[in-house]
Formats: sequence, C-alpha cells, structure tokens
Amino acid sequence: MLAEPRIVYNEGYLDEQTKRVVRRALLKGIAIPGFQVPFASREVPMPRGWGTGGVQVTASVIGPDDLLKVIDQGADDTTNAVSIRQFFERVAGSESTTRTDEATVIQTRHRIPETPLAEGQILVYQVPIPEPLRFLEPRETETRRLHALEEYGLMYVKLFEDISRYGHIAKTYDYPVMVNGRYVMAPSPVPSFDNPKMHMNPALQLFGAGREKRIYAVPPYTSVESLGFEDFPFEPQQFDQPCQICGSSGVYLDEVVTDDAGGAMYVCSDTDHCTRAASAVGFRASRTRGEWDFPATGTGTEGAVQ
Amino acid sequence: MNQAAATLTPGFAQPVQDAQRVFRAVLEAMARPLQPQALAVPLTPPAPLTAEAGGVVLTLCDEQTPLWVDPQLHRHHEVTAWLGFHTGAPLVAAAAEALFCLASSPDAVPPFEDLSPGTDQEPHRSTTLIVQAEQTGSRQRLRGTGPGIREALDWDGHGMTEQFRTARAEHAGGFPRGVDVLITGRGTVTGLPRTTVLEPTGPDTAAEGGA
Amino acid sequence: MYVAVKGGEKAIANAHALLAQRGSGQEDSGESAAQERIASRQLRGQMGVLVSRVMNEGSLYDPNLAAKALLQAQGDVLEAVTLLRSYRTTLPRFGATVALDTGALPPERRISATFKDLPGGQQLGATFDYTHRLLAERLQVSEIPKDTEEEDDAAPGTMPRITDLLGHGSLVEPDHPEDWADEDPGDLTREPTTFPMTRPERLQALARGDEGFLLSLGYSTQRGFGNTHPFAGEVRVGEVEVLFEPAEIGYEVPIGRIEITECQMVNQFVGSAEKPPQFTRGYGLSFGRAERKAMSMALVDRALRSEEFGERRISPAQDEEFVISHADNVQAAGFVEHLKLPHYVDFQAELVLLRQLNAEFEGSEDAG
Repeated sequence: MLAEPRIVYNEGYLDEQTKRVVRRALLKGIAIPGFQVPFASREVPMPRGWGTGGVQVTASVIGPDDLLKVIDQGADDTTNAVSIRQFFERVAGSESTTRTDEATVIQTRHRIPETPLAEGQILVYQVPIPEPLRFLEPRETETRRLHALEEYGLMYVKLFEDISRYGHIAKTYDYPVMVNGRYVMAPSPVPSFDNPKMHMNPALQLFGAGREKRIYAVPPYTSVESLGFEDFPFEPQQFDQPCQICGSSGVYLDEVVTDDAGGAMYVCSDTDHCTRAASAVGFRASRTRGEWDFPATGTGTEGAVQ
Repeated sequence: MNQAAATLTPGFAQPVQDAQRVFRAVLEAMARPLQPQALAVPLTPPAPLTAEAGGVVLTLCDEQTPLWVDPQLHRHHEVTAWLGFHTGAPLVAAAAEALFCLASSPDAVPPFEDLSPGTDQEPHRSTTLIVQAEQTGSRQRLRGTGPGIREALDWDGHGMTEQFRTARAEHAGGFPRGVDVLITGRGTVTGLPRTTVLEPTGPDTAAEGGA
Repeated sequence: MYVAVKGGEKAIANAHALLAQRGSGQEDSGESAAQERIASRQLRGQMGVLVSRVMNEGSLYDPNLAAKALLQAQGDVLEAVTLLRSYRTTLPRFGATVALDTGALPPERRISATFKDLPGGQQLGATFDYTHRLLAERLQVSEIPKDTEEEDDAAPGTMPRITDLLGHGSLVEPDHPEDWADEDPGDLTREPTTFPMTRPERLQALARGDEGFLLSLGYSTQRGFGNTHPFAGEVRVGEVEVLFEPAEIGYEVPIGRIEITECQMVNQFVGSAEKPPQFTRGYGLSFGRAERKAMSMALVDRALRSEEFGERRISPAQDEEFVISHADNVQAAGFVEHLKLPHYVDFQAELVLLRQLNAEFEGSEDAG
C-alpha cells in the first residue's frame, strides 16, 4: 500500500495563480473606481463571511517590506482581528503592528482608523455584501444592468422614504456613496461617521468580498460623496461626549454597559488611537493593561489547558 | 520543448517575492497615475523585451490571459518563446481579443480603436496596454487630472504618441469602457488608467512642431 | 473603574485547546482515550456515505482526506467540507480528465423505475431501501449468498444507460444537441460567477451544492413548485476508470478508479412545431454512494432548464440565481455564522439613531 501523500500548503497560502487573479481584478478596480469586479474567489482557511475577501486581497498585496495592522470594530485585539493577524504571521511570516501611522497595509472590518491615513498606505476592507442595491433588488443580473445604465433612482427612493417616515435617512452604517461621480458603492458596514474619511483620502482603499466574489477600489484622492438631497444632505453621526479613557472628542465611541441599571460609559472604538491619546495626556487607565477576563470554561475553572 | 526551454533565459529568481514587488509598483502606478514608480526587476528577458515590461507581463499574465505582442516583438522568436514558457499566456493575432497588449515602443501600439474597451456591464474585460518607452526627452505638454491625482499633474506624454492620446480623448465619453495603460521606462513603471483626463497645456514641442 | 478588555490571543488559544479536548473523547472514556481515537481508515470503511458527502460538497475525490477532515471537524460535516475545500483550492491543476464513460461502468447497483426489465437487468446492490428501520443492538455482517456472484458474471458494457435505450427511438432528448461542439466547460472554481450560467457551470455548482438544500428544492418541484413530472429513469452506482491525456504524451492513460453515483431523471415531454414531443432529462452525478444527492441534483437540474423549454418560471427551484447563489453550504454557513462576530460598531450606530428618533417622537407627543 502506498504511503499517504503529505499535506502541504503554499508559501503565503494562496498560490501564485490565485494571486494573479486577485491582482488583475485589483488593477481593473482601481481603473474603474467603485465598480465591482467579479473574480474567482478562492476558499481560504476561514469561514466565508469572516473576511475571506479581505484576506485574499491582503495576501495578494503584502510583501516582506510591509507592516500589517488588522482591526475589527476599530480594535486590534478583537478575536477575529487576532485570528486574521495570526493567519498572516503563520502563513506569510509578515510583521505586524497596532500603530495606524506605522502600518503599510491595514485590513479592517467595520471601521476606518481615526488617525488620518497617508500616501503609500493601503486600507483593505472586508466586505460582506458588495452590492449597494442588493436589498432593493436582490438579482445580480438586474443590479449589474442598473450600474451599467447609471440608474440609481431606486436608491434615492429608498432614502426619501426614510425621510418621510422618520424625518431622517435611517441608514447608520454601510451608507451608500457615489464614487468619482459615477458608481454608487457600498462602503462596507463602516458607520456613517466614517464615510467622510473616504473622500479624497491619500491612501489606496481596496475592498474584498470573498463569498460574493467581488473586488472594488477607490484610488487615492478620489471623490467619495455620501448620497443625500439638497434639503436633506448626508449627516454623519456624531457623539456628544468625549472618550472616557483618553478624552478624545470627535471620535467614534463604543458604549460599554457597566451595570444592569442603565449605567454605561463611552470609550474609543479605535484602540490604537485611544492608547496613544491616553499616553499623550498622561492617563493611567491604559487600555493595554487589562487582561481578558473570561474564564476558559463555563465552570470558571482557570487554566483548564495550557 | 525541452531544447527550447534550455536556451531560454530564466524567469523570476524568486517567483513569489519578485512578483509581489513588481505588482506593488504596478498597483501604485495605477493608483497614482502619471507618477513613475520605481521598478527594479532582476530579470534578463531576450531583447528587445525589457526587464521592466517582461517583469510586468510575468506578474500579471498566465494561461487565462490572451496576450498580443506587436509585430516587432513577434519577429523575435525568443521573445514569444520566453513569454509563452514563463506565463503560458495564449498569443492572439488580433489586439481586440487580448486582455494584455505588449508594445515594444509607443509607435508600435495598435490604433486605439483596435483595443478592447469592455462593455458597460463588464468594463473590466478591457485591454491593459503595456508600452516600453526607453527613450527620454519630453514630447508633449499635458496636464493630467482624475482619481489618484491630488489636483493636477504635468506630464510630458512620454510613452504615448499624440495620435493615441487624441483617439483616447475622443473615446473618453465611453466611460466606464476604456483602456488602461502601463508605461515601462528604465527602472520605472507609470500608470495611465482610463480615468485620467489629459489636456494639452501649451504648443506642441514635438519634433516637427517647433520648425 | 472600567478596564478595557484585551487578551484575544489568550482567549483564542484557550478556546482551541478546549475544542481539541472535547473532540478527544476523554470525557467518555477517561485515561485510555489516546488509544481509542478513531482511525481515519475506520471512518472511511464504516461511514462511507458520510465520507462521500464530504467529498461531494468538498469537491475533492479523496476518501482519506475526507475522513481525516471529518475527524478533525468532530463530525461537523460543513466544517469538514470547508477544510477539504480550502486544501483543494491550493492544489496545482494538471488539466481535465477525459469525460467518464458511465455507460461502460460495471454497476454495483443499477435500478430503473421506468421499465420492469431492461438489458443488464435491475441490480439492487448495497442499499438501505428495503431495510427495516429498526435500531439494532449490535451490527452484524451477514454472508453474501452465492448465487448473487453468478449474476455478476454479466460482462461489463451490457448495461446501457436507460437514456441510450430510449434514445434509439428518439423518445428522449439526446445527450447533446446535434450542433454540439464539446467545448471546454470551464471551471466554476477558477472563473468568476456571473449569471446567467451555462448548464455545465450550473451542474458543477449543483454537484458541490448542499445535499439538504438540493433535497428540499427537488422535493418542492414534486409538490408543484415547478412541475417537472420526474421518473427515475435510472440510478447507478459503481466504480469507473478515470483517464487523463497529458499533452506531452498524446494518448490517454488511466490514473485511477473512483466510485460514483449517477442519476438520470426522465421528465415531462416537450415538443414543438419542428420536433415531435420527447421526454426531457435532468442529470445528477456524485462521488461515492450519494444517491439522494444525485437524485436531488437531477430534479433541480431539470427545473433550472425551464427557460430552455419555454416553461413559465414561477418557483424557487427554477430560479437559477436563487438556487446557485444559495446552494453552497460553505458560503451559507459562513455568512450565517458570521453574525457571531462583533457588530458593536454598527449596533452602536443604530442605537444612537434609535434614541434620537425616540426623543423626537416624544418631543412631538409633548408638543401635540
């Protein structure tokens, strides 16, 4: 009987052929800002919908000279961000950082960092539903036609219905944008708070939707306008209070429930920004000090395993 | 085949790292039009194919990408053999059927109308043109605007004939359809995606213009 | 005072260790668990139907790897499928094999619901069909009666496919139209998905589609949601030789044998001014013993051909984009389960808006 073949994976996990597929799609995406380029998305060793598009984009872009930062919900230490960072450390041997200003490639889910991005940086978004018209028209065959005809009436009708019903456009995340005056694009589920950061950003913004097999891009210094009406212009969400750890205002905040009597406090969603702002003002309540406090098992036994 | 392969110069020495470096330069080039990006390619393709253009083709092309090369390159059997062996890209006779077109000089670029601009529904199925432009010296006075350019950039049109530029401008209304261009120079690659608008800013100082 | 949570890395490491422990069987069997690990060989030999399912949806014919994946996944079929898929996608391609000749395969099992007897006969083979579904205290292997072997003497090739039999009388649509050029069918895993698809692409998607999803869709066509009047023309299971023709050799060489299940559904006849009415067909093919999957696939394949036959498209099973976009269980499971990931940024955004809307609502109540 023959010996079973060994299980061997490629360096960087993705094979070169797959990278070429992704790379070609990225270049066309940049040449047609906001247009969703179909690509032969491959399986990657994590569930579909958990960042497989972003991972394929990052893996096709990243090299030995890069510093990678991975955030989920603005934080470097959320479990999915940790998991993706570990994946790249394991299969690509890439160096990573938590500092926005040092990173050359930043993979993100649901946030754009507070620290302004610079030329030469690449922001890779994980995208669940790349089609901004999907919930108005579920058919790909139809939405493709609508984009070709630049027929976005459906979207404006939806936004207008919100206004007549609630007095506001009731869209708080994944708020649709118009890219370079031509394509309506889904910014991925970043809060509308982050939308203005996409406009004329010096960094290159790349979007990967693995399950839906689409890649799109916004080149640097490209117009990204959030949709609105003259009398009801787009208004990004704002917070009244500053972060209770670092004191920053004008940042996106997480609401942390502190008791069961309605108590809550507000802290930065962007952990890198918060850490550095806190140390700058000499706050001692550093975010890096805390330890994950979950017991390893439901019974609360500590260190069930090494 | 083995005999042919034996006489061919090698491809990338480090296929994973070399392709990644070239791609990053090309990615930056396309994202920041008209700004030459440094491109150091440790590659010795057969002349008249340059290391820069050869590196770009090796990075982007494979069995899935029909490739057109100009008659000048086509005459050099070593060039087509090298491209075929290292990429597997099928060579096509008509530029319109190619996803990538490779021209050994700006004058060897096919007429704009012969390239594929894609369709309104599938504008990504369009030609990417790779042009070798070794010679230096400015030819045109142009100003470029569009995505990837902060305000406006002056450009000397290096790597593009005026004829091509005019035809390109005439088809600009067809966006999202269009053709994207990568111009390789000595140690550089410059991008010119379909979105970049080029406008002449002064009298044409090209050879015959001054006299 | 609030201290921000940190330590995702430690939490993940702990979770992985716990998971490994839960899968080790130690809780059931105590100290000796290490010796009691199920070998993948045992799983392959004793849970072949399960292994087939993982190979089908994992799109990789490799019973050893499928069994390993199932063990690593602690029996979670979709996890095992994901493991297999994300390994498969990294494997180099050498080319496509020569089309399988399923007519020539010596079937271990072959049944037809359309004719009482036919050349080659009916052969039950290994089937659950007529077992009484009574839980057994102890599994027994009974001896195979002698005379079965004599029937097996029938030479291979004497079991023409049912559709070939009907085809002689032009009562059933042929395998392919006359102007068929046998084009390269493309590869769903290597090319972007766009709709509408060709039938070969659709069949690829169905072949790797979720068995449960296809079963329910197939069932729905039987209940009137897309009427296709199916007859199980033939179901056959057997081992078939796989041939490959390397470009540098120029002739076909056998590279191995695989077990497959094939189902030919014979469906609603269709005729036109140019052609006399003919039965139409739906086709299903799967790895290993996977009869339910092959039958479901054949039902859905036929339902998806409604446009080809000018039938009204009114049911889910006839809707190509709906069926194909949702048949892949790796995609479906991933996206449903991604709801477990943190969404607190978006939730916060909704909270802020909702509070604002409520405040405005109360303000207007007070005013009125």
